[in-house]
Amino acid sequence: MDGSENHGRGPTGATPEQIDVESYASLYSGHTKIARLHFIADHSNSRNLELEALRMALDEIRKGENTVLFKECVEKINGRLGPGYGLDQEWIDTVERRAAQRQEKLEMELNGYRTNLIKESIRMGYNDLGDFHYARGDLQQAFKCYVRTRDYCTTSKHIIAMCLNVILVSIELGHFVHVSNYVSKADQTPDVQDPVVLAKLKCAAGLAHLESKKYKLAARKFVDTNFELGSNYSDVIAPQDVATYGGLCALASFDRAELKSKVIDNINFRNFLELVPEVRELIHDFYASRYASCLGYLQKLKPNLLLDIHLYDHVETLYEQIRHKALIQYTNPFISVDLNTMASAFKTSVTGLEKELAALITENQIQARIDSHNKILYARHADQRNTTFQRVLQTGSDFQRETRAMLLRANLMRQDFVMKGNRKQP
Amino acid sequence: MDALDQLVAQVQALSGSEQDVAHLSSLLKQADELLRTHALRLPFSLSSLHPTKHSLGYLYLLEAQSSGTLTREQSDSFLALASSFLTVCAPEQIRLAPDKFNSVCRRLRDQAMHLHEPMRAILPLQCAIRKLQPSSEYLTAIHADYLQMCLLSKCYKASLSILEDDIFEIDQKKTSLVPRDFLLYCYYGGMIYIGLKKFSKALEFFQHAITAPTTALNAITIAAFGKYVLVSLIQNGQVPPFPKYTPAVVLRNLKSCVQDYLDLANLYASRNIAEVKRCITQHEEVFKNDNNLGLAKQVIASLYKRNIQRLTQTYLTLSLQDIANTVQLDDEKDAELHILQMIKDGDIFAAINQKDGMVSFQEDPEQYNTCDMTQRLNNEIHHIVCLAKKLTWVDEQVSCDHAYLSKIGRDRPRYDEDFDLVPQKIYTNI
Repeated sequence: MDGSENHGRGPTGATPEQIDVESYASLYSGHTKIARLHFIADHSNSRNLELEALRMALDEIRKGENTVLFKECVEKINGRLGPGYGLDQEWIDTVERRAAQRQEKLEMELNGYRTNLIKESIRMGYNDLGDFHYARGDLQQAFKCYVRTRDYCTTSKHIIAMCLNVILVSIELGHFVHVSNYVSKADQTPDVQDPVVLAKLKCAAGLAHLESKKYKLAARKFVDTNFELGSNYSDVIAPQDVATYGGLCALASFDRAELKSKVIDNINFRNFLELVPEVRELIHDFYASRYASCLGYLQKLKPNLLLDIHLYDHVETLYEQIRHKALIQYTNPFISVDLNTMASAFKTSVTGLEKELAALITENQIQARIDSHNKILYARHADQRNTTFQRVLQTGSDFQRETRAMLLRANLMRQDFVMKGNRKQP
Repeated sequence: MDALDQLVAQVQALSGSEQDVAHLSSLLKQADELLRTHALRLPFSLSSLHPTKHSLGYLYLLEAQSSGTLTREQSDSFLALASSFLTVCAPEQIRLAPDKFNSVCRRLRDQAMHLHEPMRAILPLQCAIRKLQPSSEYLTAIHADYLQMCLLSKCYKASLSILEDDIFEIDQKKTSLVPRDFLLYCYYGGMIYIGLKKFSKALEFFQHAITAPTTALNAITIAAFGKYVLVSLIQNGQVPPFPKYTPAVVLRNLKSCVQDYLDLANLYASRNIAEVKRCITQHEEVFKNDNNLGLAKQVIASLYKRNIQRLTQTYLTLSLQDIANTVQLDDEKDAELHILQMIKDGDIFAAINQKDGMVSFQEDPEQYNTCDMTQRLNNEIHHIVCLAKKLTWVDEQVSCDHAYLSKIGRDRPRYDEDFDLVPQKIYTNI
């Protein structure tokens, strides 16, 4: 079972800017490791990377007892990794036989507990059955078993364990509504002091917010995550991810003051950022208005982020928002901005920049107007007096119109002046 | 002396004092049958009556005379007779028989349309409205006919003297009005305002038509809504949601009847000229059948305008070429023409530099510090004060209304000692 060392011909050295699958995978454990490797295999455009990911995934699967996934993975490899990675029917049979026996045993035990009505035992029974289904990859069953333990929880410790189990399964199922539900359930449980548990819950909540595109809430959760998380939650998320997710969401959604107080001055989150120096640098660059270097870092990170199982869907939106924020922040202090200078700061062409700025102005995010002839952006200050006059006139005519309509209507009603259908009339 | 001569004699005798006229009114009401049987002799009897002095009798006779089908000469002479009668008749007499009066007006309209001379009916009907109205705030059944005549003869301006009066009062007893007249009044009024390009007024009228209380969806409402959508797009670039007092039956069923219009409205929001044009060509048949193709074309023009206006928000200067590209106009020449027109209409403030093909957009030069502006503000304030007074008056009326109070009284305890809130006078008045 020591496949990773026998097959040392990994592509890690061949493509330097590509993700280092081996070190990436080592950050995770359990199902998420396999899922992430599969994701990389499905989404990467380099064949080497795909095979490497599949190889490691299969090695990982062999350690567990998920035969369905094993077959799937072998199918994907399709003999491209030599005889060591074929369909090992013998292994499958053994595992399945063992699993069937174990399931029978667990269900019998559970039935016994239920006839005896011993609460704690029933809970353990369901829990074991849940663990078993989870290991076999039957997530729906696992989810049901874990949820059932809820009725038999007696201490807050049990409740937390139940919640964490449900969250784990739900994340893997992609049911993020359950995730946020059970996070709030766990949050309401009294006497939870364990910092690791709290950090886990924060991460789970952050992921749920991220999935529902509430980047600001997600950012808040991630930056508040306690560093004691360490690698304790490696079956869901690595501390590096906390830094990346949190950093990007914060950049996209926080304003300058918030960025400073909640991210840059946040000693706790700084620990996370130390793990991913690129993200740390790009946040500092953004805050210090070194946009070219900030956007450069972002571009460099992009291919890897697109291979991230949680983030890939949001990369484009987040990048767009960050870019818009950068543009807005750049123009903010000036009365007039030379578009040529600005374009070079953002490493883009003047026409492209003009389009971006025009879009932002139309959305009323930047109060300015573009002098397209001289390529200068002028800040615009609304004339309070004129707008007030305009609004007064508008409100006046609206009031008159509405009041007239109302008076007329009142009279119509008073006279019972209702248009009736023809059929009812003789 | 037969019955008809007798009646004419009575009319002549009883047209003096108020009581006599009231008596005459009841006599005439019973004489309907008699008048119809003698329809052929009526022109002679009419000649012996004076239209102003004997207005009520004249009205009955005229109505009876025109009830059958008329030949061309007859209708021509009826038109002349009725026109002069409507101009000179005595208001206090004809108000005793509003239904007869309406009927004569309607005949006048029908004959004018029959002769393809709608313009001949405009002035008489305008007089008729004034005669029948107790005040200019009353709606009459003649309003709709009058507006229709104005529309048919394209005399939009002429209708303003009536249309600009705000209508508040609806009284079936005094004007024998039916709901259909109100809907038609709103619909035709809206159309006239479209003809005059006063789109915001048109919207107001169409909205009245759409929100008028109803228990069944009717063709007038649907037609009004089609125009309402198009005019909203021209005027505001979007269709506002229904007011919350819109009847439920309209809310429920209207949308499915006017899907073509709503499609257009949705596409308009995308500001894509090509798409909007495609949609209008696609639904051309529908728009043509509803007589809305002209309006639909104006919708396209308004989108060009709106897109150019958006540019003024964003740019200080922009080349004609860029404008043409962004707004999807054919070439610089076209863009220049559009911008010239818009500057002329006061929609944008800009200057074109033909040397390098640049347009520089300026801010609205209105500083709200001229005499005209003060005058305008004063007028507005005056209007609003009048309206507010009316509102207070209506409010007082409602709070004294017997039906209203008895309804409120059931839900609320009586104010026995609570003299602060409701004056005792109200209760002594009831």
